Amino acid sequence: MTRLAPTRRDVLSLFAFAALAASARAAAPLPGDSVYQLHPRLVDQDGHPFDWASTRGAPVLASMFYTSCEMVCPLIFESIRRTVDAFDKPVRDKVRVVMVSFDPERDTVPVLKETAAKHHCDARWSLVRGSGADARRIAALLGVQYRRLPSGEFNHSSVISLLDDEGRIVKRTTTVGDVDPALVAAARPL
Amino acid sequence: MRRRRTGALAIALATAAGLACAADYVRLPGGTFTSVLPQGATQGSAAAARVDPFDLRATPVTRAEFRAFLARHPEWRRGRAPAVFADAAYLADGPAADDAPGAADARPVTEVSWFAAQAFCDSEGGRLPTWLEWEFAAAADETRADARADPTWRQRILSWYAQPATIAPRDVGGPPDVHGVRDLHGLVWEWVDDFNALFVAGDSRTQGDPDTLRFCGAGAISMADRDNYAVLMRIALLSSLSAADTMRSLGFRCVRPASGEPR
Repeated sequence: MTRLAPTRRDVLSLFAFAALAASARAAAPLPGDSVYQLHPRLVDQDGHPFDWASTRGAPVLASMFYTSCEMVCPLIFESIRRTVDAFDKPVRDKVRVVMVSFDPERDTVPVLKETAAKHHCDARWSLVRGSGADARRIAALLGVQYRRLPSGEFNHSSVISLLDDEGRIVKRTTTVGDVDPALVAAARPL
Repeated sequence: MRRRRTGALAIALATAAGLACAADYVRLPGGTFTSVLPQGATQGSAAAARVDPFDLRATPVTRAEFRAFLARHPEWRRGRAPAVFADAAYLADGPAADDAPGAADARPVTEVSWFAAQAFCDSEGGRLPTWLEWEFAAAADETRADARADPTWRQRILSWYAQPATIAPRDVGGPPDVHGVRDLHGLVWEWVDDFNALFVAGDSRTQGDPDTLRFCGAGAISMADRDNYAVLMRIALLSSLSAADTMRSLGFRCVRPASGEPR
């Protein structure tokens, strides 16, 4: 502290004010194991910026895909749609689906829009793209593996994650093409 | 450059002491390269991949360098980094931001998660190397850019893996290879950017079995070069990790896109 510093009491009241302001503004602190700790820059299928943490407060089904994938990716969309249908009504109404592309080069906004239409994605769904680095970070959080081959195709794993309202992963499934009953059961208390 | 230049004398002294200039990046020329990872959709196909030129840190990131990073980025200090980015053992043996300089400063930093390693590289305008870049660099020895076919070279590298992991890593600054890169073998394991993409095998277009569907078709691990055990062990280790995991023998180094003249 220099001699020009404010008095201790000034500092204390400043701190108190700042703390008060912060608590009025922010919700409860995010848990350390929440995927919303990450701050990727994403855009959705309508070209709007997509705040990764905007689904906080709702249960979420999150997965990754790339549009030019012909085999497993359509099955992931199908599985998620059927999983949502299998949820009990309260969860079904509030659940959000977030699909992150790991091929942002080719999955432009118009492509995402088209993909959403093709898979009959309703307002609960967000198909999003970001930088390649953000895709890699999200994959690391969700436990998705992918690798681009020289042909432009991807080798990738298919993982669907269920997040609770704080963004904690409560269940992961690698079942694709069918509804995983464990995922439906895990969503019941959410 | 992040390296502090306190004058030519200090640099001369450091060089004389045999220390690698810590934040030095060296140019790797790139080229076509046959990875142990299959590059095609069919299993085991060892097609050559294209590696663009890149600048690689000559040594792994040291404890002193990571301490300086923690001073500038308090959000990455032990106890501050959220659990989703770093496990409970993150930096358990230091360094901490307020540590005094010490004898272990020149050792490679370990117990660092993939997210923390990424953040460090980001802070100096770099990123983690891809597996292909790392493997390309690690193929070199003192005189050759690709020494992998030499059984003597393979044996020398394998001998490190036979050492017990309880021995604390020595200081960075082993002998340079033909590119001027040090310590790629024989010191620590190193994170790569796409660590979570290594065991993904080719698409065999089969349906029905959830285990095969998990990997867009195929479940089998297929490697193009089964004799390069040392490199295969790296892949096995890396692909067993989650991004928040830390290990006492796992460090990292960064790359930057090649720009301007090689240094």
